[in-house]
Amino acid sequence: MLQNIRAFFAQQGVLEVDTPVLSAASITDPHISSFKTIYQEQVYYLQTSPEFFMKRLLAAGAGDIYQIARVFREDEQGHWHNPEFSMLEWYRTGQDHHGLMDEIEQLLAQLVNTLDTTGHWSVVNRISYEQAFIDILGINPLDASCAELKHLTSKNKIEIPVGMDEENKDMWLDWLMTQAIAPAFSKQEFTFLYDYPASQAALARIGTDNPGIAHRFEIFAGELELGNGFYELIDAQEQGRRFDNENLRRQRQGQEEIPVDKNLLAALEHGLPECSGVAIGLDRLLMVLLGKAHITEVVSFGISQV
Amino acid sequence: MASYSTNEFKGGLKLLLDGDPVSIVENELVKPGKGQAFNRVKLRNLKTGRMIEKTFKSGESVEAADVVDVDMEFSYNDGEFWYFMDPNTFEQVGAGESAMADAAKWIKGQELCTVTLWNGEPLTVTPPNFVELAVTETDPGLKGDTAQGGTKPATLESGAVVKVPLFIEEGEVLKVDTRSGEYVSRVKD
Repeated sequence: MLQNIRAFFAQQGVLEVDTPVLSAASITDPHISSFKTIYQEQVYYLQTSPEFFMKRLLAAGAGDIYQIARVFREDEQGHWHNPEFSMLEWYRTGQDHHGLMDEIEQLLAQLVNTLDTTGHWSVVNRISYEQAFIDILGINPLDASCAELKHLTSKNKIEIPVGMDEENKDMWLDWLMTQAIAPAFSKQEFTFLYDYPASQAALARIGTDNPGIAHRFEIFAGELELGNGFYELIDAQEQGRRFDNENLRRQRQGQEEIPVDKNLLAALEHGLPECSGVAIGLDRLLMVLLGKAHITEVVSFGISQV
Repeated sequence: MASYSTNEFKGGLKLLLDGDPVSIVENELVKPGKGQAFNRVKLRNLKTGRMIEKTFKSGESVEAADVVDVDMEFSYNDGEFWYFMDPNTFEQVGAGESAMADAAKWIKGQELCTVTLWNGEPLTVTPPNFVELAVTETDPGLKGDTAQGGTKPATLESGAVVKVPLFIEEGEVLKVDTRSGEYVSRVKD
């Protein structure tokens, strides 16, 4: 698989890069937990993705780049999760998210041609977040209220988790995503879900025509999430505000605050080219191509064996 | 009261759920890519033995149940309670019929059983995997029929009825597997 991916990018003229695993800053997203270590009395984080370093390279004029990186996330273990995993991170300059999705489709097609032992991965669907909720649940996720989403959950006989924050709309949407939307995706096909609600923008830019959405997309194989991409936010001020807001949420939830990556913000200030980027979990991609049920079947040694 | 966060969840952990003690059988992370994670957990209700499925928002804390397994020796049954003694502390507990369940028919005295205590009270009793008990009642043995695979019922001194080979006689001591309820062998004196 790795040879195949490298051949694909060599042909496309995308440069392979290598960036540090340790960083003094990390991601502020309250749903991602970073491993920490200490060097000369200073806390360093193991990367949860190489995104920030790669954006600094982009700002420095690196052009189109990719990396196959080992990344680390605490508290993530299960059939589909190992706390240490391989990520393909990839940036294309001068492309919006649809342009990048076209290229991902080409890469998937090449990998399916050479690696798919299950014989069923070929079709790639593309649907917006809004349309998926309308088609599958009959509700517009952008205007729906928390009360409506709760009612819909009960009506569809979906369990309401212990500890659900009923005033948190994104929590309802995330729950319905895992319980109703993703499970309705065609089992043996890839699906791109694009244009998420603006409240779930992460590092994506907000829609130019529609401020209710963000140009973020996710790739699914059946109902399994394989990757996440953005038409990248290039506004340093806006990015700084999002980091601060996420740290505020961490504070409110009693989570540890994470140092904001000042170097990334400086790079955005200097100027990030118009670009789109995506991160794909390679272990999961290999799992689906080989038809394996547990992530430990595609890595040399899982966390319980190290 | 002690509690566990969802990131400490693992098989065997004992929690208190809706007032009942439960044990985690399986814990799976459910995550929508980026965004809120949830833990889908399979649990066994330790009172009823029933399996339940429950989902928790990741990061939630759940109260721990004070459940411990203690090896205790069976002393006697007074008709209502089965009394067990901890051979180390000489502490005694009495287990009622519901805690005993099937265990009652396998023990006659002195067996070391696993008593699961919840807040100090017996919740369940697990007999030893193998017990040795005498046959109190069975049809007469058929000598020379050892090669045949036939079986007949035999009542043991503890009250259990097991299927035994045709050559077994009253008064003989048998080794029995309490998990399957099956005859294993004769015990030679």
